[in-house]
This record gives sequence, structure tokens and C-alpha cells, in this order.
Amino acid sequence: MRLVVDLNRCQGYAQCAFLAPDVFTLYGDEALLYDPHADEAQREHVLRAARACPVQAIAVDERVEEEGARHGG
Amino acid sequence: MAVDGYLAALRREGRIVIVGASLAGLRAAETLREEGFTGSLTLIGDEPYEPYDRPPLSKQVLLGRTTAEHTALPRYEALDAQWRLGVAATGLDMSAKRVRLADGDEVEYDRLLIATGVRARPWFHPQEAELDGVCVLRTRDDAAALHRRLATGPRRVLVIGAGFTGSEIASACRARELPVTVVERGAAPLVGALGKVVGEVAAALQRAHGVDLRCGVMVTGLEGDPAGRLRYAHLSDGSTVDTDLAVICLGATRNTEWLTGSGLAAGPRGIACDAGCRAFDVRGIVTDDVFVAGDVARSPHPLFGYQFLSLEHWGNAVAQARTAAHNMVSSSAERRPHLWVPAFWSAQFGVNIKSVGVPSMGEQVLVAQGSLAERRFTGVYGYQGRVIAAVTFDQTKWLEFYERLIESAAPFPPPFRTVDRRVEGLEPVDAGFPDPSLPTHGPTVTVSGYSPVDRRITFTPARA
Repeated sequence: MRLVVDLNRCQGYAQCAFLAPDVFTLYGDEALLYDPHADEAQREHVLRAARACPVQAIAVDERVEEEGARHGG
Repeated sequence: MAVDGYLAALRREGRIVIVGASLAGLRAAETLREEGFTGSLTLIGDEPYEPYDRPPLSKQVLLGRTTAEHTALPRYEALDAQWRLGVAATGLDMSAKRVRLADGDEVEYDRLLIATGVRARPWFHPQEAELDGVCVLRTRDDAAALHRRLATGPRRVLVIGAGFTGSEIASACRARELPVTVVERGAAPLVGALGKVVGEVAAALQRAHGVDLRCGVMVTGLEGDPAGRLRYAHLSDGSTVDTDLAVICLGATRNTEWLTGSGLAAGPRGIACDAGCRAFDVRGIVTDDVFVAGDVARSPHPLFGYQFLSLEHWGNAVAQARTAAHNMVSSSAERRPHLWVPAFWSAQFGVNIKSVGVPSMGEQVLVAQGSLAERRFTGVYGYQGRVIAAVTFDQTKWLEFYERLIESAAPFPPPFRTVDRRVEGLEPVDAGFPDPSLPTHGPTVTVSGYSPVDRRITFTPARA
């Protein structure tokens, strides 16, 4: 699964790092490092983290067709 | 009526082409569909990959927390778009409303969005740039290649240029316990973005993490061994660095060459557009059907004296793409201005650096909270008696407050005393930005010799 965090919004509350520690980790006191391509098995954890984020900075894909993978015209 | 009829037809069955299939292009495409555009949508990208996110390339990817291939951006809806990936746009005919592609094909549009972004500025000396072990970091492929090289355990990594990208690369090298030398022409890392006062904190941070940081110095030449592998770097102070991996971090060049001769106001500084993201042509007349967004755009910002700002920021690409897309399918009365307050972040050496506003416009800086010595602080920048920007080192929760001060043109120095009453917070000091009349990028180069085989490029360090 794919995800992206708007790190302009992120304020380092670290709720995600508690709820999905395999995907989100703090780097130092408040910088966030995350795996933008988390294992599908993490989906429930990641969705919980996204819902719990106080600044709603986590965006997760919605299982759309990966149409962009096709090359050329 | 005719205009409304045209707009309705455009929204229903028009052809929209987006050149640039990265963050701005993708967000624009999504917005167009959200706004009810049902016509044909074509995204053209020179890289063979679907849109991916660049910030992780210098952080998670180099740290080995993810791979460069795993940075594709999440999708929120099926775009029903034609993707022309791996083929660059090579020309624009504005009167015929056609984009030419590198494979000879042509794509017609009713509305065009240009989001071609920037690329890494290459090393100034073409032969030296070709040495094995000289690289840049901008794309997914760059990141994968750099990560592979870091994993092989280079003798010493040389980072040329201590802006955000260079500093983040140095940070990743230290996290991997690789010896790293950073050479910065300015007085301190990040000095162009944040000034010398804050740059000195970044310098202390680098040195505390074992970076061999050399400021006020330039790399004058890269030397290879007979097999063409990087061996030494020569510096303007006469010293030599023994290195087998140099990362060129000298900023970015805007991807506008393909628009040469198109009649658009496009050049090395980007593509000028109005606050509604409509491109200017070379006559200074705004176009009706060509829009611009992201790193390649230069647009006037009312909060900053209507200066034309080029912002190579993730958040700017998102916000400007959404505004551009909305305006592309809206009547003039419904169009919106791009009024995003500049903001960016960087994570390096375990510190979260974030900023709002335009620090480089600041004349003075005041440490309103925290302490420079502790590397945890909020710096507020003032310009002509008002708050123009703020930066935080590990104090991100305060940044929104300062953003409001910037938006409301609050007085500088701020009328409140410092929140935690530290002595150094009371007085604004000169922010220490480099003299803008001195070149910040690219060494001075002279070319000599007449016949092509005699042509020589000589590096001439600028006078300090």
C-alpha cells in the first residue's frame, strides 16, 4: 500500500509511531520517517494511524488501479 | 453566452494536456477530475515512472528505510488519463495548441498545464562530471544509484554544496557511519535559505555528527584515476580531498529549454505566470490556455511585495497545482489566486527543520523561543518592520502561530517578549544572508582555445 505524509502539516505528535510502529518512526525528537510503500498487512494499522493523526497529515491510497504503471502511449 | 458555452464544452469534452508527471502534474490531474472535468486528460513525463514522491529520496531511501522504487505517490481516484511516460516534451506551438514530443508525436490541447519542474544542476566541468563516482540526486534513478554506492562503503563521500539536499545526504552518510566531507562556498550550511545566524547552528550540528565541514571554500576540480574513477577533489584553499564518491548538490536548473522559441516567458528562472497560474508570453501578456504550476513556475505573491517567487517546495507544488487545475476549468469570476504561504521541512542529523514565509527576505532574525546553543529554537525573520518568516529547529508546534503573524503582517520585532525569556531572544540581529549581488551558484568559468580540440575550461574562484 502507498502512503504519503504532508510533513508541512506534521507536528510530531507521534500517534502514528505508536499505532503503526513498523511504518512510522521518529527520527530524533520530532522528525518523522515513514515507509511510503508499506506492506499490505499493515493497512489496518496505517488506517488507524491516519485517523488518529491530530493534524490529519497522512494520506493513504484507495486501492485504485495502478494505471500509471503502463508506459508510453 | 458564447464564453459560457465554450467553458461548458471544455469541461465536458475538452482536451487537457499536463506536461510533467510528478507531484504537481498528478495533483492537478486529480483536481481536474474532482472539479468535474470529463474530457480527455493526457499526462506527459520524461521519466518512465508513474508519479513518485521526491522528499524520501534524500532521507528514507539513503537511510535504507525504503527503496527508491517504493516512492510512488498514492492515488485517490482513477484518473482515466492517457499516460505518456518516458517521453519528454520537446516543443510547444501555442498558435496551433500542440505539444511536440521526443518520439516525434504531437499532442493537441485546449488547455495546457506546464509542470516540468527542475533538474539537478550538473557539475560545471563536463569531463569531470563523467567520472565514475560523481553523481547528483534529484530523481528516483539518482537515488537508487547513490544508495547502491553508499552501500558499497566508499572511502569518503564528498558533498559539494551544503543546501538542504547536500546536508540531508551528509546526514544519511553519517547515519551509515561513512566518512563525509562537505564543501560549501558560503559561510555556513543552509546560508542561502536561512542566513548565517541559523546556518551556524546547522554547521555545529554537522560537526557534532562528525562531518568534515569546510565553509568558505569551493571545489575547483575533480580528478580521476586512469580508469576514469574519481580519486581526488581539489579545493580553492589549495587542499585536496581523497574521495571516491562526490555528490553534486549545487541546486537546480529549471526545465524550460523545451519552450525556447515558443513565445512563452520561459527561461532559466522559470516560467512567469500570474497569481492565477496563467503563463505570461514574452510580450508580458497573460495567456488564456497555458497554465503553470510547481517548481518551474514563478508567480507574484501579494504577501511578499508581489515579488515573483519561484518555490521549490513540496507544498507549493500541491497547492499551486490545485489552484491551476481549478482555474483551468473555471470562468474568470470563479478563478482563485495562488496565495500559499511558503513552507518547507528538512530532517537532518535527527533534527526537524521547518520554515514558513520567505526567510531570505529577512533583514534581521530574532530567536523568539528556545536557544541556538541547544539547537532547539524558533527564529523569527523581520523585513521592513514586519514578520516575514520563521524557522524552527525541533519546535514545529509553534510554527503555525508564526504563520498567522506573517499572514497578518504583524510588526517586527514582535510586541510580545520571548515566551521562555532567554537573554539572546530579546534582540534581533542581522540575519546574515549572503550579498545577493554575488553569484550563489556555479563557479566562474572561462573558456579558452580556438579549435574544438584546444578548448579548455578554467575554473576561476570568485573573489570573496
